[in-house]
Amino acid sequence: MKWFDYVAPRSLGEAFQHLASHPGARFLAGGTDLLVQMRAGRKETDLVIDLKHIPELMELRDSPEGLTLGAAVPCCAIYGDSGISRAYPALAEVANLIGGTQIQSRASIGGNLANAAPSADSIPLLIALGAVCRIASAAGERTMPAEEFCTAPGVNALRSGELLVSLHIPKPGPRSAAQYLRFIPRNEMDIAVAGAGVSLVLDNGTIRSARVALSSVAPTPLFVKAAGDALAGRPAAKESLGTAAELAREAARPITDMRGTPDYRRHLCAVLTRRALEAALAKAKENN
Amino acid sequence: MSATEYSVIGTRPIRHDGADKVTGRALYGGDFQIAGLLYGHVLRSPHAHARIVRIDTRKAEALPGVRAVATAADFPPSGDRLVDLGEGQTPLSYIRGNVLASGKVLYKGHAVAAVAAVSAHVAEEAASLIEVDYEPLPCVLTAPEAMKEGAPILHDSLRTKELGEDGGLVSNVAEHFRHVLGDISQGFAQADAVIEREFHTSTVHQGYIEPHNATALWNNDGRVQVWCSTQGAFVVRDTMACILDIPVSQVKVTPMEIGGGFGGKIPVYLEPVAAVLSRKSGRPVKITMPRKDILEGTGPTPGSYIKVRIGASRDGRITAAQAHLAYEAGAYPGAMVGAGAMCVFAAYDIANITIDGYDVVVNKPSTAAYRAPGATNAAFATETVIDELAEKLGIDPIDFRLRNAAKEGTRRADGPKYRRIGCVEVLEAMKSHPHYTAPIEGPNRGRGVAIGFWFNVGLPSSVTLSVNSDGTVNLVEGSTDIGGTRTSIAMQAAEVLGIPAESVHPSVVDTDSIGFTAVTGGSRTTFATGMAACEAAQDAIRQMKERAARLWEVDASSVEFAKGSFRSNGHSCSFQELAGKLGQTGGPIIGRGAVNPRGAGGSFAGAIADVEVDPETGKVNILRFTSVQDVGKAIHPAYVEGQMQGGSAQGIGWGLNEEYYMSAAGAMMNSSLLDYRMPTTLDLPMIDTCIVEVPNPSHPFGVRGVGEANIVPPPAALANAIYRAAGVRLRRLPMKPSAVAEAIWSKNL
Amino acid sequence: MPMAKVHVQTTINGEAADFLCEPRQSLLECLRDILTLTGTKEGCNDGNCGACTVLLDGRAVTSCLVLGVEAEGRSITTIEGIAGGSGLHPLQQAFLEDAALQCGICTPGFIVAAKALLDQEPHPTEERIRRYLANNLCRCTGYDKIIRAIQHAASQMEEAKA
Repeated sequence: MKWFDYVAPRSLGEAFQHLASHPGARFLAGGTDLLVQMRAGRKETDLVIDLKHIPELMELRDSPEGLTLGAAVPCCAIYGDSGISRAYPALAEVANLIGGTQIQSRASIGGNLANAAPSADSIPLLIALGAVCRIASAAGERTMPAEEFCTAPGVNALRSGELLVSLHIPKPGPRSAAQYLRFIPRNEMDIAVAGAGVSLVLDNGTIRSARVALSSVAPTPLFVKAAGDALAGRPAAKESLGTAAELAREAARPITDMRGTPDYRRHLCAVLTRRALEAALAKAKENN
Repeated sequence: MSATEYSVIGTRPIRHDGADKVTGRALYGGDFQIAGLLYGHVLRSPHAHARIVRIDTRKAEALPGVRAVATAADFPPSGDRLVDLGEGQTPLSYIRGNVLASGKVLYKGHAVAAVAAVSAHVAEEAASLIEVDYEPLPCVLTAPEAMKEGAPILHDSLRTKELGEDGGLVSNVAEHFRHVLGDISQGFAQADAVIEREFHTSTVHQGYIEPHNATALWNNDGRVQVWCSTQGAFVVRDTMACILDIPVSQVKVTPMEIGGGFGGKIPVYLEPVAAVLSRKSGRPVKITMPRKDILEGTGPTPGSYIKVRIGASRDGRITAAQAHLAYEAGAYPGAMVGAGAMCVFAAYDIANITIDGYDVVVNKPSTAAYRAPGATNAAFATETVIDELAEKLGIDPIDFRLRNAAKEGTRRADGPKYRRIGCVEVLEAMKSHPHYTAPIEGPNRGRGVAIGFWFNVGLPSSVTLSVNSDGTVNLVEGSTDIGGTRTSIAMQAAEVLGIPAESVHPSVVDTDSIGFTAVTGGSRTTFATGMAACEAAQDAIRQMKERAARLWEVDASSVEFAKGSFRSNGHSCSFQELAGKLGQTGGPIIGRGAVNPRGAGGSFAGAIADVEVDPETGKVNILRFTSVQDVGKAIHPAYVEGQMQGGSAQGIGWGLNEEYYMSAAGAMMNSSLLDYRMPTTLDLPMIDTCIVEVPNPSHPFGVRGVGEANIVPPPAALANAIYRAAGVRLRRLPMKPSAVAEAIWSKNL
Repeated sequence: MPMAKVHVQTTINGEAADFLCEPRQSLLECLRDILTLTGTKEGCNDGNCGACTVLLDGRAVTSCLVLGVEAEGRSITTIEGIAGGSGLHPLQQAFLEDAALQCGICTPGFIVAAKALLDQEPHPTEERIRRYLANNLCRCTGYDKIIRAIQHAASQMEEAKA
């Protein structure tokens, strides 16, 4: 690794000052992507800005409106909080899925999002949950839905001088549930060949609304709006889910690489979307 | 089974190096520190096949902190010298060329140059400043492609050795050999059922967790010292001497603790480079290999293309078998296809066999041994065809194997006739095992079995043993301890001496301090170094008898030794008591053992696997797994079980997910431990073991090496289980989820 | 900005420790090369093998993915700090008794990670142990004896408490 300097600002303002003087600076949250990429020569920088001492980036707070998840909060803090795990079970589950124990001690959901890998496990779920990104710069703040945040493999929507501060995840209502399922050849420590994040809300015997997003089958995590929309108003039964699974298959635009062929990945999209919806449906029925 | 009662052998003492290894105190190669240490980094080829036009190291040398830069030009020329480092005559240019390329690079990851600097980061940065101009050449990546006429040629000087003769033809086939037994045309004519299938196995890596490392100091007196993690310190010494063109006595190699090898830490990669950097800088140099370089530049084991044809009569007797084995050697000849040919039909008593073997160079890393090298590829093919044949004939797969099992007197196609072996006993143990007799129920589930063989080796080992006045002994050996062999060797000496295992203090020492000892490999260490330890212990006892005779004023020939006591003519004295009197009876006693044994006695292993296949994703989940092995005599049963479990785990990884995923340009696309998918804790069940003991007549305690045969059956057992679970026969490794899913789709078309 | 080494003040195995490092040096490099605590092993240097596992404020992390400078003000436990006084930790003892190591290179990482688990959950199931340790690769044992040793240590620790 080439030489870089390191700073650990204590406030957003201090971070923006560093950013202003070092436009090529890199943010360090858990470091589980950044350090690997720098060591492999895929990223270089003259300054690493450690975000873990900025209060806003480490905020983890539930409120009636929803969850505020600081961008540098490690995964283990999410599933380690029993209240949050109860209120946002799918999020806690995905936090427990990224890497293994040691990775989860460091890696953050915000970092997973900002790294913008097509295969990122948390992003389809964030999209399905309707998460909103809070972005700040010295000039001010803006928000953006999670599905718009990734723009290309490894590229996100942050402009120069901007920082992902936190994610806001709306409070799930009754009769709703979410689920992320991925397919990996091993049973842990692996990159998704394909993944599906879904959420749905029931209304008596029907599905009121649903959201579906996919990982690893397009240059960015993919929000498949049509698949969720197709479920609205359908009976809350397994038989309704096939259409959405088919729409997910059609939306996928996978490439051939070491993780699988396009046909196999499209097939997995349908299988995983269906299985995730089935799981979410069963859970939603339990959630009164 | 042996009825002999042992007091040490067969028990489970705590290993002698245990406390060091659970507290972090054990010093592995990478842990070595010395004053003035520099750190090295190796620059590697980005091309799979290219001519090196120019190397300019000036910018690297100019970087502050850089102390030396080395290329192949810093090695003495190898000319066309042939050297024998234990695996037959090999051109020195191949060994030297793999350490640092000259003229051409033959695979992506081929070492080209190296830097020594004040820190690893500076060395790495400097290496990136070395300018190398390449003229890329077309590459060839598989044996079938490399054997085609018009394929890109790796070595202009390589002419095929065709059935023992120089074939005259320049090609990528280093050698074609053939073993013939009986007459297969006659044998196939007698068959009622014949099955012929083609198989492909991917290149896989040994996957040891500890990176290759080496520290070298080229001292001012001209002597080279090396500290490294190796399976064989003497092989490192001898290879260094060849490459550097200095006498072996000018090299001293200290084997540090080693973090796994499985055959992959026999070849020498970094040591000569560190030595040259040390000579140029005048300081000790340590190089630790990054994981990506380990996957791209060391090991792996050959990928292969295999065709197997087996015929059997209606009553289940195999009448003929034929195999075509084409193994990828990687960049330099030596694909272990000879071993594959020895093992391909080794489990069966077959009158008519023809085996053709091809050692083929391709633009992938030069292959190294990997646990029963060559045998797993071959058994995957044979054991799948055997399973299909048993099904076709309507015979239980274990019964079919039992009907044809090799036994004492069976002749293998490559020549040897078996002495006492345990193939039948392994099959019988499988058949009666509660795993095999338990029903397997539920959809998408199936059970498969397979067996495998490894011949094991003897080779030289040396041990010295000095008797301490407190009745303990210090045992000095040259076999690096990768999995508890200090203890399995010490236990054999303890048994002979009639003292507890804890009273033997084993040390693995450098090449100046013990006689020549071959590598820890070939399942030889507990067998051969164990024999040397027995011999050294007996030598000590013989000398102690003389001391007892002197004390008691009796004739030495009248002194008997049994169960830890010396006796003669009413006198008696324990080993410990006599040890306390050495000073007054003539001084210290050192026992010596130096062996080069034959009769290693092959080992057979079997696997029973239950799997569940997800028909939608193709993912295979292992529900239950049992490893059965003839171990001759288990010296330390817990470590024998450990070998069986470890070999099974590697075989399972090889079977299901491990592969070199190569781009068309010859780049390995998955060169990390994230993407090279070795089994994690969640990918394996508990692995049951069943130890079978058919004593090896050539070893005093009946030991057979246990390190290797256990990796051989798992891929085939899994393939046979997948067939029963999902109705598809997989003939390509790995049987990864996408491959299983695609096979299921094709079946359902 | 000048290329200056950073002075890091931290606690290692219960004792105050400080060291000078370059910002680009990982905690693993700092432990091994600067502090000569070589019990923590390098296996892959990208977080995938777990051999370099240490506890950072009680949580298992792969020290190759932590910068040395991040240790400022934190508390680190390495394999050298697992045994108390002269005796071995029950996990270390169980690894020896149950032959849960072969080459031993992954052993420090497994023991440190397993300690973090047992500190949080004294009675993990086999499935829980396997999931918790999936970030630790072992190539020698097939994990069977490692899992059993951890179960064994858990019961020993329970008995010791009773």
